[in-house]
Amino acid sequence: MTTTPETDPGPIRQSARAKRATRIADAAAGGWKLVAVKILALGVVDAIAIFALFVLVRGEDWLIAGLVVAVTLLVNWIYFSRGKLPAKYLAPGLIFLAIFQIFVLLYSGYIAFTNYGTGHNSTKADAVNSLLLSSQNRVADSPNYRLTVLEQLGELSFLVTEPDGSVSIGGEERPLKDVNNAQLEGGVAVGLDGYTTLGFQDILGRQSAIASISVPLTDDPNDGMLRTPDGSSAFLYTSSLDYNEDAGTMRDKNTGITYSDIGTGAFTSDNGQELLPGWKIEVGLDNFVRAFTEESIRGPLISVTVWTFAFAFLSVFTTFALGLFLAIVFNDKRMKSRKYYRIIMILPYAFPGFLSALVWAGMMNQEFGFINTVLLGGAEVPWLTNEWLAKGSVLFVNLWLGFPYMFLVTTGALQAIPEELTEAATVDGAKPWAIFRFVKLPLLLVSVAPLLISSFAFNFNNFNLIYMLTNGGPRDVSAGVNVGATDILISMVYKVAFVGANRDYGLASAFAIIIFILVAGIAIISFRRTKSLEELN
Amino acid sequence: MTTTTQKHDPVVVVGHPRRSFKRWARETGWRHIIGVIMSIFAAFPLLYVFSASLNPGGTLVTANSLFSSFNFGSYVDLFNRPQQPYAAWFGNTLLIGGISSLGTVFLGALAAYAFSRMRFIGRRVGLLTLLLVQMFPQLLAVVAIFLLLSGISEIFPAIGLNSQIGLIMVYLGGALGVNTYLMYGFFNTVPSSIDEAAKIDGAGHARIFFTIILRLVAPILAVVGLLSFVGTTSEFVIASIVLIDPDKQTLAVGLYQFVSQEFSRNWSIFAAGAVLAAIPVMTLFLFLQKYIVGGLTAGSVK
Repeated sequence: MTTTPETDPGPIRQSARAKRATRIADAAAGGWKLVAVKILALGVVDAIAIFALFVLVRGEDWLIAGLVVAVTLLVNWIYFSRGKLPAKYLAPGLIFLAIFQIFVLLYSGYIAFTNYGTGHNSTKADAVNSLLLSSQNRVADSPNYRLTVLEQLGELSFLVTEPDGSVSIGGEERPLKDVNNAQLEGGVAVGLDGYTTLGFQDILGRQSAIASISVPLTDDPNDGMLRTPDGSSAFLYTSSLDYNEDAGTMRDKNTGITYSDIGTGAFTSDNGQELLPGWKIEVGLDNFVRAFTEESIRGPLISVTVWTFAFAFLSVFTTFALGLFLAIVFNDKRMKSRKYYRIIMILPYAFPGFLSALVWAGMMNQEFGFINTVLLGGAEVPWLTNEWLAKGSVLFVNLWLGFPYMFLVTTGALQAIPEELTEAATVDGAKPWAIFRFVKLPLLLVSVAPLLISSFAFNFNNFNLIYMLTNGGPRDVSAGVNVGATDILISMVYKVAFVGANRDYGLASAFAIIIFILVAGIAIISFRRTKSLEELN
Repeated sequence: MTTTTQKHDPVVVVGHPRRSFKRWARETGWRHIIGVIMSIFAAFPLLYVFSASLNPGGTLVTANSLFSSFNFGSYVDLFNRPQQPYAAWFGNTLLIGGISSLGTVFLGALAAYAFSRMRFIGRRVGLLTLLLVQMFPQLLAVVAIFLLLSGISEIFPAIGLNSQIGLIMVYLGGALGVNTYLMYGFFNTVPSSIDEAAKIDGAGHARIFFTIILRLVAPILAVVGLLSFVGTTSEFVIASIVLIDPDKQTLAVGLYQFVSQEFSRNWSIFAAGAVLAAIPVMTLFLFLQKYIVGGLTAGSVK
């Protein structure tokens, strides 16, 4: 690095000079454009972070705010300090990886230990609020409160003139507060400094938003809420439920039944009736216990797991067998026009997979599909609605989708096997089958084994095919969860979490964790087999 | 069709005058028969969907008479359905797929450069972790991704649920992993003497990376970009839970819902949509198939 090493008095000094020289060279070579880009990019990141902090601090989300500060400082430190080259190159990818791959997996682990799902979405305070809101009835002898709708920063407020003439303002989850500087018009408050008064047209335009607002009369939700049917007068609504904060119980005023918090994430009466919505609680191993002991869940879980393995294995096996067969058939130099066959046979691989599945679903339709009406002359074979036929159809369509890939890969691998081996075996008197079985196949398997494993992993989670072709069906009616005969684990997770009225995030995450453990097991075994780790470094 | 005539091609016989038809059939003739059968098997569903798309107002039933009409009406109808904004889906898919694959290539190349050219503490562990992480697809954490994004959208609606930026960010979370590994292998094949020569000439690390290395590894960048583009455009699970407004959805989500709502009725419109959706991906694929297959095998065998 240094041009005059012999004049340096000592090794320490020399390395310091060398470092400085590198630094100068680096700075000189980088050019002002790169520096400008770097500063601009960091400026954008910091601006977003500061905006985020502003919002977070206003919402009092201290934990997330702390994380944002830490990550922003880290990023600035990495890019503004000298050296730390590896970090500079790795940081952007690692940040995304950390949030959207590693964190979400850990978060799934946490959700698996909660009852998160429909009816258990939020905190207890939110649940109490929405219960009181949803059971509101207009008080029969409610006085008429004169009302003006105001807007400030996109948020609507009610300016209320009470029957006794006093004026107050409030909004959604903001109880009424007295104000004394309102503009009055005929004894009714019509405006307030800093707020915009909504005109008649505005009220008409935002009718549904205004009608859904309920303003608490006081801090105690039991006192009731103000709601307006028309935007000009409000009435008192009270809830038929009565919340006792000290005891933590809900009492239905009409029936007199008391619902109490017994630790299940919802107010429950003595005879087991639940008031929904409830709230999110940690339920420990409940989801896993349910998955393994409740017969209506355990049964489907086991059969789905077995089918997932069978599907993945058979898919790899059938596509590989067909692909290899074709590779052998077309790996003959005497044959003409191999190129054209190759292009046509690659088409299924090039066609987007989700579309293929949808097209096949149409062709296999029981009443109108091409296969039944044309090929089978009007037979009504339930390709996708009979349990076993559906499984066969899924494998068949996956064969169509997957054989071109195996064909391409095995062709490559076959051609890479040296000709001499075949010649030597022929000289030794081996028959073609023996050459294939004892010479080519072992060599081929060595080179394609990693591909077979990754193909297995891909099919293990081949959601698109299953969901688009059969939707997991035909549905298993005896199951306690929404699963069918062709569902694989990942489509079961999706259906339990997102399909239908009853979403159960907790149970779905528990299933995901089970898959995680299965996949980890497969990963460890396959790593040991392929010894791909040895090649690292 | 060319393949069937090939079977009786006199040139074949003339080219090998001593080879009898019997011998020809035994040596290559049966291969052609298999080739024809497999070609029909491979191409038929695609012909079927293309024929269905040329039959305006067609249903599943009318689609069964192949190529009974030849009319591009369905392609016009496709763009005139306010409930199913196909043009928007198409644009969204290209946009999301394009940005995600560019981001994936960039992030992956940065990481691969660091792993290939620098020696630092945690390098080996980092490579091993990437290998492990790629075994666990993001799909597994789909519930957590949904809840994370719905949490984010309470604070920043712009990058939370129902936002394409949010979706792209989720996809970028999977940028490292298999891609980095593929690129890492390729980066190693570029001799480091090139870097050193540039360094002696006074180039900094950034200049070496952006102007020298990136150009030398362009083939692998193309492969990774294409694979990630193809993967993103047909991704359904995460896109279906993140994108809620029809205007924001991608082709995979939109076409699936379109089909599941009115399965047999508007089959020709769906078919037209499918044909159009497949064109960009298939074109890329057929042109670049050599590189893709090469990249696939190279990356996985490493």
